[in-house]
Amino acid sequence: MTRITAVLLLALAMPAYSNEAAPAADDPVLEQRVMRLTAELRCLVCQNQSLADSHAELAIDLKNQVRSQMKAGKSDAEIRDYMVARYGDFVLYRPPLKSNTVLLWGGPFVLLAAGALGLGFYLRRRRARLTEGELTSEQRARADALLRAGQKGGTR
Amino acid sequence: MNRFLLPLGIFLVLSVFLAVGLKLDPREVPSPLIDKPAPPFQLALLQDPGKTLAPGDLKGQVWILNVWASWCVPCLQEHPLLVDLSKQSVVPIYGLNYKDARDDALKWLARHGNPYTLSAMDADGIVSIDYGVYGVPETYVIDKDGVIRFKQVGPVTPKVLEQKILPLVRRLQG
Repeated sequence: MTRITAVLLLALAMPAYSNEAAPAADDPVLEQRVMRLTAELRCLVCQNQSLADSHAELAIDLKNQVRSQMKAGKSDAEIRDYMVARYGDFVLYRPPLKSNTVLLWGGPFVLLAAGALGLGFYLRRRRARLTEGELTSEQRARADALLRAGQKGGTR
Repeated sequence: MNRFLLPLGIFLVLSVFLAVGLKLDPREVPSPLIDKPAPPFQLALLQDPGKTLAPGDLKGQVWILNVWASWCVPCLQEHPLLVDLSKQSVVPIYGLNYKDARDDALKWLARHGNPYTLSAMDADGIVSIDYGVYGVPETYVIDKDGVIRFKQVGPVTPKVLEQKILPLVRRLQG
């Protein structure tokens, strides 16, 4: 009897309904745009974090600023300019190509070219060494003798 | 011998780069506001909320704008220096009180001295964003035409005051 009531009670138990977490903002599309733009902007308080990631007070203020400007119909480029006018190119994680950032943008390619050049030289020298003529039997005998002497005496 | 030369060379170049890197202060971000007009604002005064301060009112004189807050610990570090400077009456110091509560700010001034000719309240920090503030305290030197000529991020040190701010102020006033 108790078993039956237990089963009945179990059947009565309502499954717990769970809801999906409500989006933090009323406008998810806008919020996504805010996140996308602020992910490219540096937080100046904690410099190795983006504005999107940072919870510094200034970062939150700036995120609000970005949000309200987007609501006012500003384009991403306009908002980026707004930030640069106040904090300089340093806020951009992708700095623009300018005279003082040429090395930053071009440096890796210069290094790559230097590496390729070095590798080319090395391979050419190596090939030249490998294709040098075979040893004559006389040279081989002399080399063997030298090697044996080297193993015993230790001078190369 | 030769095969040690290349790694040694790379090592030396790397050391030079790292040594220079150690000396650089990553917090010192060059401000794009230097030689630009001071962004306009009109904010209520800390001591007298009925009145406002606007940079336009100060045209024709060289002045210092100091962003401060009662909750800001490094502000205390530079504060005696500012109080001293204000007593010499070489150049007026105006305060921009950043994201602070009025009572706290007033109490702080009463306790540590008030070097400011006037202080304006930037309660929500919007004006400070226009000034590119990212670490209180920050200090600006603004010339007679209302153009920002110098910006210091972080506390003003005696060295900065003697070697940079005061000579610049004298030149701008002259």
